[in-house]
Amino acid sequence: MSGKNETVVERRSDRELVVTRVFDAPARIVFEAWSKPELFQRWWVPKALGVPLRACEMDVRTGGGYRLEFGLDAANSMAFYGKYTDVTPPSRIVWTNEEGGEVSVTTVNFEDQGGKTLLTLSELYPSKEGCDEAIQGSAAGLPMQFDQLDELLAELVG
Amino acid sequence: MVQYSAARLDASFAALSDATRRGVLEALGHGEASITELANRFQMTLTGMKKHVAVLEAAGLVTSKKIGRVRTCRLVVSGLADEAAWIERYRQRWALRFDALDQIVEDLKQRESPDVRKE
Repeated sequence: MSGKNETVVERRSDRELVVTRVFDAPARIVFEAWSKPELFQRWWVPKALGVPLRACEMDVRTGGGYRLEFGLDAANSMAFYGKYTDVTPPSRIVWTNEEGGEVSVTTVNFEDQGGKTLLTLSELYPSKEGCDEAIQGSAAGLPMQFDQLDELLAELVG
Repeated sequence: MVQYSAARLDASFAALSDATRRGVLEALGHGEASITELANRFQMTLTGMKKHVAVLEAAGLVTSKKIGRVRTCRLVVSGLADEAAWIERYRQRWALRFDALDQIVEDLKQRESPDVRKE
């Protein structure tokens, strides 16, 4: 297998972040890995982040909802939830992120390029502040209590 | 002291309720410092200080850069100058996730390949 494909991030405007990445598989396969909960939860929270996914409910269809809960136990956990506003296999998934004060919208497009897939993920925030906060806060925003950080550290440092 | 949004500072300190780590943040508020300097200042081993710095980095409060043999740490401050650094961190998180997704995609491709197809 060839080396890892590059992940590129661009701040397209005050309110929008765009992430692009090529995958060496047809769009229907990449889409499947995003839309089946049992597959999605295997990669959405990489082990290196050290924060387990406690609950994962996903009803991946237009109008369906999702709820992801991260953390080591109920007392130290954080939930992310929202609705799928557009699910068009195998080319598009759009969902809202409603756990914060402001609702942001994430759009993922899967563009088939002859056996490969160009994935474009856009995060659109209602305000510049929301976007700034997302860039700056998402590392600290994970439910990393002190002990969890130490565990993560043990993994990183070895 | 450096300008942080109050909420973010609160959140960070709540998460990092450790005297040494707070001390490191305060020290870096006065300027950059190497791991060795920080270790000396807090009378710790290099390994111990590296771990503290890694925790602060994971929380997005500190960044470090290795030049030659010296790893220099500095406080992450908000503002335009640091946006590139924040975006790089954001990118790294997605890259980590997508590398994991590569594995799943590879599994799915294997499953579909004619050699192993059962239908």
